[in-house]
Amino acid sequence: MSHLAKDMTPNVTWKEITPGCNIFEGGTSAMVETGDWRTLKPVLDWDKCRQCLLCVPVCPDMSIPVNQEGKREDFNYFFCKGCGICANACPFGAITMVKDEK
Amino acid sequence: MGIRERLSGNEAVAYAMKQINPDVMGAYPITPSTEIPQYFSTYVDNGEVDTEFIAVESEHSAMSTCIGAQAAGCRAISATSSCGLCYMTEMLYVAASDRLPITLAVSCRALSGPININNDHSDAMGVRDAGWLMLFAETNQEAYDNYLQAMRIAEAVSLPIMICQDGFITSHAIENIELVEDDKVKAFVGEYHPQHFLLNKDEPMAVGAYATPVYYMESKRLQAQAMMDAKDVIRKVGAEFGEMTGRTYGLIEQYQMDDAEEAIVIIGSSAGTAKEAINELRAQGKKVGLIKVRSFRPFPAEDIVEALRHIKSFAVMDKDDSFNAHCGPMFAEVAASLYAAGVSGPKGINYIYGLGGRDVRVESIQHVFAELEKISATGETGETYRYLDVRE
Repeated sequence: MSHLAKDMTPNVTWKEITPGCNIFEGGTSAMVETGDWRTLKPVLDWDKCRQCLLCVPVCPDMSIPVNQEGKREDFNYFFCKGCGICANACPFGAITMVKDEK
Repeated sequence: MGIRERLSGNEAVAYAMKQINPDVMGAYPITPSTEIPQYFSTYVDNGEVDTEFIAVESEHSAMSTCIGAQAAGCRAISATSSCGLCYMTEMLYVAASDRLPITLAVSCRALSGPININNDHSDAMGVRDAGWLMLFAETNQEAYDNYLQAMRIAEAVSLPIMICQDGFITSHAIENIELVEDDKVKAFVGEYHPQHFLLNKDEPMAVGAYATPVYYMESKRLQAQAMMDAKDVIRKVGAEFGEMTGRTYGLIEQYQMDDAEEAIVIIGSSAGTAKEAINELRAQGKKVGLIKVRSFRPFPAEDIVEALRHIKSFAVMDKDDSFNAHCGPMFAEVAASLYAAGVSGPKGINYIYGLGGRDVRVESIQHVFAELEKISATGETGETYRYLDVRE
């Protein structure tokens, strides 16, 4: 019997599921796409962005990656739920919430 | 061959805890179980155990403490009664579904209101569907013996276990008791080595995950299997305990059932009163017997069906009420067991008795048998939902 989260698929039977749905790995939330909860999506205007990074700590998820040069990169839409806190925090109006479409 | 002592039921359970020397106790006092953590904290203070005693601010926190400790890889224990058990309820479900074999001593007491501190089974029956194993004791000796078997049973199936006794009746009454020697207890109970635990640095682990509808039901089915598997484990551990002490335990105890025509099904200390009533009735030539339910969870459906199959009439005694306008919880379980097995011969009635410490006398039980005798003779049960010894 596997105890790995990756084997807990929608096909897992009751005999194979882990007791209590306990998870025997770390950081498995990184596998969960929360981006599909989104209705509005943030869009960054690179010309207005001054790289002040005020948006980064207010993100409740891990949707604003910062690179080794200390600059923010584009949104990680795999996780971004479209809460809009970053758009509110931006002092330069560089983040706009737009209707998300597939 | 055992140590002869005289102890109250609470003292006996606290003594069993001391002999087992668990890792963590999280507890909050409530009558009539208060003495258990009180005696045990004395053992802690005197350095007689290595247990971390965590004094918490509520029963909810007591059970939360146990959940955290047991998930970390410890043996965790608590004790409570009545509304304290109610207040734990949310966390009782978490303990069971997280498959943590915590041991909880319950000195059963009525629930408010009217406010009452005396014995009935309303508290334990109120949490009967929380997913815990539940063993009930008739005497101080059984409370002690059940406690010594608790961890073996719980850990084998990864479910938490309640060791229930009757508040004040056994929890505070001092009886002669035969204790097991410390070294035998340690050998019997053994060490706790869970396969998975939070403090294992080599295996990161998350306990208490969120399960979407795709997974939740499979998880519950697995939990249900553990409860089914527990029946054999309880019998096996009870037999092994018998080899050590001469006191063997199963899911139920049968008393004078071999040729019985009328029987009562009962839980806890009143079984002792009922046995006395049966002795007197047997002396008059009446074929009466008793089934004492030791394990309420898992419910011993098959054992009860076999015991009642050829009975003419029976009464299920519930020391609590479901307030469903037709029966108490154990009557429902017994009736369902018989129906599911296709057994419809025996006529059954239900008595709600002993609520809030109402005394249960030998005459009370004899009245029940007199009613059963009438039912056996006429085949008419009449009202099946009855209150015993209530002033009309």
